[in-house]
Amino acid sequence: MATENKKVLMKGNEAVGEAAIRAGCQCYFAYPITPQTETPEYLSRRMEEENLVFLQAESEVAAINMVFGAAAAGVRVMTSSSSPGMSLKQEGISYIACAEMPCVIINVVRGGPGLGNIEASQADYFQSTRGGGHGDYRCIVLAPNSVQESYDMTVQAFDLADYYRMPVFIQSDGIIGQLVEPFVMGPYTPMFDELPPKEWALTGCAGREPNVIRTLFLNPPDGLEKQNVRLYEKYDRIEAEQQWYEDYNCDGAEVVIIAYGCASRIARSAIKTHNGNGSKVGMFRPKTLWPWPKKRLIEIAENNPKVKFLVIEMSMGQMIEDVYISLMDIVPKSRIAFYGIGGGWHPTPDSVYEKIQEVLAE
Amino acid sequence: MKVLKTQPKSITTEGTKYCPGCGHGIVLRLIGEIVDELGLREKMILTAPVGCAVVLYDYITCDVIECPHGRAPAIGTALKRVHPDKFILIYQGDGDLAAIGAAEIIHAANRGENMSVLFVNNAIYGMTGGQMAPTTLIGQKTTTSPTGRCVKGMGKPIRVCELLSSLEETKYLERTSVHSARNINKTKAAIRKAFVNQINGIGFSLVEILSMCPVGWRLSPRDSQSFIEEQMTDYFPLGVYKDTD
Ligand SMILES: Cc1ncc(C[n+]2csc(CCOP(=O)(O)OP(=O)(O)O)c2C)c(N)n1
Ligand code: SF4
Ligand SMILES: [Mg+2]
Repeated sequence: MATENKKVLMKGNEAVGEAAIRAGCQCYFAYPITPQTETPEYLSRRMEEENLVFLQAESEVAAINMVFGAAAAGVRVMTSSSSPGMSLKQEGISYIACAEMPCVIINVVRGGPGLGNIEASQADYFQSTRGGGHGDYRCIVLAPNSVQESYDMTVQAFDLADYYRMPVFIQSDGIIGQLVEPFVMGPYTPMFDELPPKEWALTGCAGREPNVIRTLFLNPPDGLEKQNVRLYEKYDRIEAEQQWYEDYNCDGAEVVIIAYGCASRIARSAIKTHNGNGSKVGMFRPKTLWPWPKKRLIEIAENNPKVKFLVIEMSMGQMIEDVYISLMDIVPKSRIAFYGIGGGWHPTPDSVYEKIQEVLAE
Repeated sequence: MKVLKTQPKSITTEGTKYCPGCGHGIVLRLIGEIVDELGLREKMILTAPVGCAVVLYDYITCDVIECPHGRAPAIGTALKRVHPDKFILIYQGDGDLAAIGAAEIIHAANRGENMSVLFVNNAIYGMTGGQMAPTTLIGQKTTTSPTGRCVKGMGKPIRVCELLSSLEETKYLERTSVHSARNINKTKAAIRKAFVNQINGIGFSLVEILSMCPVGWRLSPRDSQSFIEEQMTDYFPLGVYKDTD
């Protein structure tokens, strides 16, 4: 494994592939779909060079079940797809979440619903943060807004997955995935001092009791309920430990924009122009979409009782529900504005600038 | 007194939840015997299907993963890729393999995954209470084909061995049955061969086992045996469909 700090130029979709290899990912399974196909293309070459497992599956359904199998076998494993393919993976993700198998799942989001289009979008926020598949479960969702973060977060995702024993998503989009940017390809630096040993892995039961990986809980009658409670205790712990965000210029701001991923970069350009003009606009950027970083947002609202919020999304409005939920006791809805674009289209710095003006004038 | 047979060591002693006269229990016993004979228990990883055999881990004392309905061949593929030195046993019913999991089995077979698949064909969805399966015979009454399966609109039963035999990377395909002692012995030989093939790195092996489901068929255990002898084997001929070792 390379250990040097190397500055390289790559597409976001390739950076996540290289990150996986640096993080010790042993297996990668996927099915082609635009705008994420550079990841399987890149990994088909790199995994072979490194003597690792690359397999182009017959469908996203098969790919996610291969992920389930490899995770159960005890190794680091990843898959990637884009929105329509992610819908197909949801059955498997529900099983993987229930069985508490660590894995990394990249979603390079495109416009939907349906076949939608192949442009960048943020319309899978509900799907990623609310479950997507059936049953009571959560997945950690990391949202990069650059190629550097795509790389860094993918490496971290493997540690989070092993540490908490669960699927971890990278929620990218068609722009972040296709963007070519220089970034520093750092060595793998573990997030945690120690990761729990995979004593549950299926390796053949030589010298130990058999391991069983299952998601059916018929007996005793309260078995599933206990599993649900166990999972939720873990999710509560993650909510306390892993709320990631970036804030910029929020203290004393008149307007705080809330945006993640690609939308946050567009907003940032608009803010630059704005703050050049005298008024004060800040930005709060969630880096984890689940758990949603509400602690810091509440703090911002409390420190600044008159602040107006402007939520910007490349969707018809999905993350805004988490903003409402986080602020429901302290900020009236009338102080939370929304600017979103669906159809796989994105706001421009100019259109965001105009929207900021509107909010300031209200 | 001479002991002719004992309980296989790899099988638990609590007994199964299969109905009286069910073929799954016979297949389980055969697996246990062969696993013991070949010393596979500590080297194997078994995939349990969604179907009446879902709790196989309560019956066999080895590492097991319970798979989503029909997805075992994909899961098994990954298990084998990670642990090429382990013995991977895929166990599936006819709804699991030939309906919801049709794509997964075809592609695992086509890739020639070095795995052993036991396909228990009882021409019905046993676990959910006797609905029509892709292998249900023409004229056979089920809870979702109450007047009997008809070709028009429902198609003909899928013959899995014949279907898979066109895929060149499949190495061994045989259809057997567990409705009589003679056929049980033949089934044991076939399962053994499928296991040995994997151990010897031969490649994809599948044994399709015609199996009684008295409860789903609304027949007595004895009539269920006759149903296989007289009707099932007529449409699903027993025999070797591929053997390229
Ligand atoms: C995705 C999904 N669809 C449907 C079911 C319900 N279901 C459980 S078992 C089964 C049929 C199993 O039939 P088969 O594979 O023939 O096994 P058998 O019980 O006959 O051995 C079905 C449809 C399920 N568990 N999951
Ligand atoms: S329903 Fe049929 S297949 Fe299931 S246990 Fe009973 S007899 Fe066997
Ligand atoms: Mg069946």
